[in-house]
Amino acid sequence: MTLVYAGVCSHGPGITGRAERADPVLKAAFYDAYSGMADAIKASEAQTLLVVAAEHFANFFMDNMPAFAMGMADWYEGPIEDPDWLKIPLRRAPGNKSLSKRLIEHVMQSVDVAYAEEWKLDHGVMVPLHFLSPNNDLELIPCNINCQGPPLAPLQRAWAFGEALRAACDAVPERIALVGTGGISHWPATPDSGKINEQFDREFMRRWVHGERAALIDYTDADIYSEAGQGGFEIRTFISVAAAAHGPGEIQFLEPIPAFATSAVVASKAIN
Amino acid sequence: MSLYYLQKVLYQINRDPTQRQQFLAQPEVYLATFELDAEEREALVKADIGLLYVLGVNGQILMHFAAANEIPWDDYLELMRVGLRTHGPVRAGVYAATGYEGVSAHSARLALERRQQSDAGATPANTKGMN
Repeated sequence: MTLVYAGVCSHGPGITGRAERADPVLKAAFYDAYSGMADAIKASEAQTLLVVAAEHFANFFMDNMPAFAMGMADWYEGPIEDPDWLKIPLRRAPGNKSLSKRLIEHVMQSVDVAYAEEWKLDHGVMVPLHFLSPNNDLELIPCNINCQGPPLAPLQRAWAFGEALRAACDAVPERIALVGTGGISHWPATPDSGKINEQFDREFMRRWVHGERAALIDYTDADIYSEAGQGGFEIRTFISVAAAAHGPGEIQFLEPIPAFATSAVVASKAIN
Repeated sequence: MSLYYLQKVLYQINRDPTQRQQFLAQPEVYLATFELDAEEREALVKADIGLLYVLGVNGQILMHFAAANEIPWDDYLELMRVGLRTHGPVRAGVYAATGYEGVSAHSARLALERRQQSDAGATPANTKGMN
């Protein structure tokens, strides 16, 4: 088994870009949880960070929208946003084209994943990367699930993508950490930014910890839109990590932080 | 209306500095190749965040466009509210407004709830009922 770490975390641009607006005690606890995730990945001796993100039109648009995509380049650059706005400097993150290619070939055995030899990173990857690999210690392989431009891949396909990632990781010798990143409920970039359905989030994360497929995919997009906002579509990234890890989960931090426009979360899964 | 092309313009100028410069230098020339109606064209030329929002532009595209125009976050949110008051509800897409008390009131309410839980000796809120 060369999947050596699996977890999920939030990626809202306010986490870095408007950090001073959050309750300082909560912010510190959340940042500590993010540091704990970085420590756990380091302890796992992973060399590669596979990020399953839900990008926001940095690379993919409705002219040719892949349901699932993986990066296959030796470097990636970001953030696409104004670095002063996100408060994360522009940088190149090292990739691993050879490893990407082998993983993609394996994923393609069961999921028709698109690949991209060019990939710009937006806050969806840059915020996690800022905490988890600030000095480019880890190779990055970005993955994407379309959570922005409906129609979206059904939740059971997000689960299947996670299973395919797991099989691919286990078929290569490199040590890989898998991190899914997204919001749970949120209404980002709208006048309602900051709105959070805490009940939805805690129930979803309860299901994520247990990891039972049927419960995790038991949401329709209409339900998600109504109860968790358009940001809630990003639960696909969390579902894929649950499918990849198989094991029980543990929440390191879960708390609504309106200034970050989401229930800030850091959680990990045992790999079984 | 042609929300697809409206969003495509924004997508392209958000991520490509060359196209952004072309758009800023000669907006009418740049937009000539896109199938846009007069309202959409005007919203782009004027960087009218409120109207773009009401026309249905995905918030993730609009947010980046606002940032590229150096519109501060609070102003971005307010411009969308002005758009709603001026032009009515969002007409398309999945970024409609649903009503919200606002970050300040929400944060204050959560802080009060946390204090009440703490006074009652409840489990710390950040992991309650989770593990």
